[in-house]
Amino acid sequence: MSDIIPDALHEHRSYLIRYAMLQLRDPDLAEDVVQETLVAAIEGRAKFSAQSAPRTWLVGILKHKIMDLLRKRAREPQLDVAEGEDENELVDALFKQNGHWADPPRTWNAPEQSLENAHFWNVFEQCNQRMPLNTARAFMMREFMDMSTDEICQELGISTTNCWVILHRARLALRECLDLNWFGNAR
Amino acid sequence: MLDCKHNTELLSQSYDRPITLRERIAMRMHLLMCRGCRNFEKQLAFIRKATRELPRKL
Ligand SMILES: [Zn+2]
Repeated sequence: MSDIIPDALHEHRSYLIRYAMLQLRDPDLAEDVVQETLVAAIEGRAKFSAQSAPRTWLVGILKHKIMDLLRKRAREPQLDVAEGEDENELVDALFKQNGHWADPPRTWNAPEQSLENAHFWNVFEQCNQRMPLNTARAFMMREFMDMSTDEICQELGISTTNCWVILHRARLALRECLDLNWFGNAR
Repeated sequence: MLDCKHNTELLSQSYDRPITLRERIAMRMHLLMCRGCRNFEKQLAFIRKATRELPRKL
């Protein structure tokens, strides 16, 4: 079906908005990139190949639009120093002076089953929302948009080492949040 | 000897860059003795899996 009609594209709109929100966390920016995506999709629909599902094709375009936006933003100085300090506090709280866990992680009960639970995904999204903005962006670029660390460093204009540190903090924060709010290891 | 803080950093980086043999051995040694880090290792794998499934759950 090389001529999908605009109406069919708009069916995917709310999904695309949620996708963009996870990466951008700004309703106006999300709205803008999705609008651009739909316009690009309508203009380029002749190129749409029957091999891929419309949603996959749209998400492909959306990823490019998000990347363009992040690239533009990376050039503007906006790194929040306070944010970095907050994140250091998390690491300091998790580990003792001697580098051992302050409170070692306990087992998570039946994590695989959580993936089938709609409530889990709400908690998971909320935990993502709670991460500091730049941390969440880097993490989502890595895990959600499946970009390489090199690409992320380049796009965000930060060093590779800094990139690893940010990604690690994101995982620590997410683990902590899921531990407390889903796996019931509240302390 | 690797402590938990550095071990978790390496575990995390193993998802982002190739880990050297020396680093891998140090991690394995630590994990043998540390239950907290073993749990952490499993939980990191779960977090990656969940995040990659997220697009299908929106
Ligand atoms: Zn340990």
